[in-house]
Amino acid sequence: MAWLSHVSPGYSVVLALLFAVAAGLVGSFGLMKRMLLAGDVISHLALPGFGLAFLLKINPLVGAATTLFLGTLLIWKLQKKTGLATENVIGVVFAAALGIGAAITPSDDLVEALFGKTHATSLFGFLLGSLAVAFIIAAMWRLRDRLVLTLFSPEVATATDIDVNRVNLYFLLLFSLTILVGLRFMGALLAGSLIILPAAIGRRVTDKMSHFLLASVVASTISVGVGLLLNAIFPKFGPGPSIVMVAALLFALSLARNARRAGA
Amino acid sequence: MKAILSVKNLSVDLEGRRILSGVNLEVGQGEMLAVIGPNGAGKTVLLKTLLHMFPYQGEIRWMEGVRVGYVPQRVAADRQLPLSAGDLLTAKARLLHLGRPEMETAVSATMLTPELLNTNLGILSGGQFQKVLMALALLGQPAVILFDEPTASLDELTEERVYELLHRLQETGIAVVLVSHDLSVVYRYATMVLCVGNGSPCFGPPKEVLTPEALEALYSAPPRYYQHLIEHHGL
Repeated sequence: MAWLSHVSPGYSVVLALLFAVAAGLVGSFGLMKRMLLAGDVISHLALPGFGLAFLLKINPLVGAATTLFLGTLLIWKLQKKTGLATENVIGVVFAAALGIGAAITPSDDLVEALFGKTHATSLFGFLLGSLAVAFIIAAMWRLRDRLVLTLFSPEVATATDIDVNRVNLYFLLLFSLTILVGLRFMGALLAGSLIILPAAIGRRVTDKMSHFLLASVVASTISVGVGLLLNAIFPKFGPGPSIVMVAALLFALSLARNARRAGA
Repeated sequence: MKAILSVKNLSVDLEGRRILSGVNLEVGQGEMLAVIGPNGAGKTVLLKTLLHMFPYQGEIRWMEGVRVGYVPQRVAADRQLPLSAGDLLTAKARLLHLGRPEMETAVSATMLTPELLNTNLGILSGGQFQKVLMALALLGQPAVILFDEPTASLDELTEERVYELLHRLQETGIAVVLVSHDLSVVYRYATMVLCVGNGSPCFGPPKEVLTPEALEALYSAPPRYYQHLIEHHGL
């Protein structure tokens, strides 16, 4: 099984591009559910996990995955129990996670945990990440009709025999899984931004659902592709910030395009 | 006739406050049950409870395998979503494994044009949006449709068309549960009435239940509030 440990920077690049596809898709529905900011905040839930993993000298992603999913379940449960809006509950959990995370993460590792790093990925890591992305895309595809009806009207969805609570939980978990795949490159502070920015770009350029999904995925993939290229030329930037800068530039271009269209 | 929906001794408490108490009703095929009562009486809560969206005490029994359509009073979703009526109908059709003919039936019943189907929901007028909600509820030939004040924000002509459509549905055997403030509509179309609000709920045919005394007690309003209706309908 030694071949599974084969390490290559190429695996990282392909995995980052696959992550971009999942982030574009999940972000589109996140935007429609008005929980894009949640993505940004949910990614911070990984920070205490990173900190613990660094302290215990285990794989940081295992620690991040643990706190990310426990935090997600906590948000879902609190939302159900307290009846508070998702953003309120996420705000509370986020603040706690960031505080604990910053306190326990060794300062040498904090920057990497927050902003990501270009790691060469092993074949095993690549296969695992690809499997996660394939699962996210397949699950989103299967969930899309339920999501559309739920975000339009929970009552209409319920009358159509959709379990709205379950759909919300599945979406939150897919949201977290997407962030987990992106943590390596983007870091806990920026992983959520690739869910926010491409969806915002997609929404700026089209009114049609199918075009919107496609535009978000394309914007996300371009951001990651060009961002990684930028990072290769200027390694000082780091992959996360490079990707976010490209995505922000694309968003600015979409604003300019719309302004020109409005002025025409 | 077998009841599509039967409710016995239903009570609903929300956040420690009793919203509904002792509600009994039955709806059969092709019947129209009108739910009336003052604002805040729990009419919308009743419809949502029938969909099991709120916890309750008592019994709610739907006929087995019954398909329900729901037209909400208002839709909380951002109307600027990149969604069209076509997207919503396609999503529901796919979930229920329905084909194009079923979609066309719902679309033609509500007179939605192909252009409207492809228009973003955010730029539809109130009447057009209402048509979308109704088409969505009708898709899949439900045995019963729950309408929560379907004409709340419509002009009189559109309102009239909505009620004509409701009446046509009733004639095809679809049962309708209608929340309405418009007592003239209740007198015209309802086969049964449920009043909720002040006092204990009443249930029965309009002419038996909607006596001047009952209406006065229900709305806590002076008799002249509905005098013209009573005169008009010879009660």
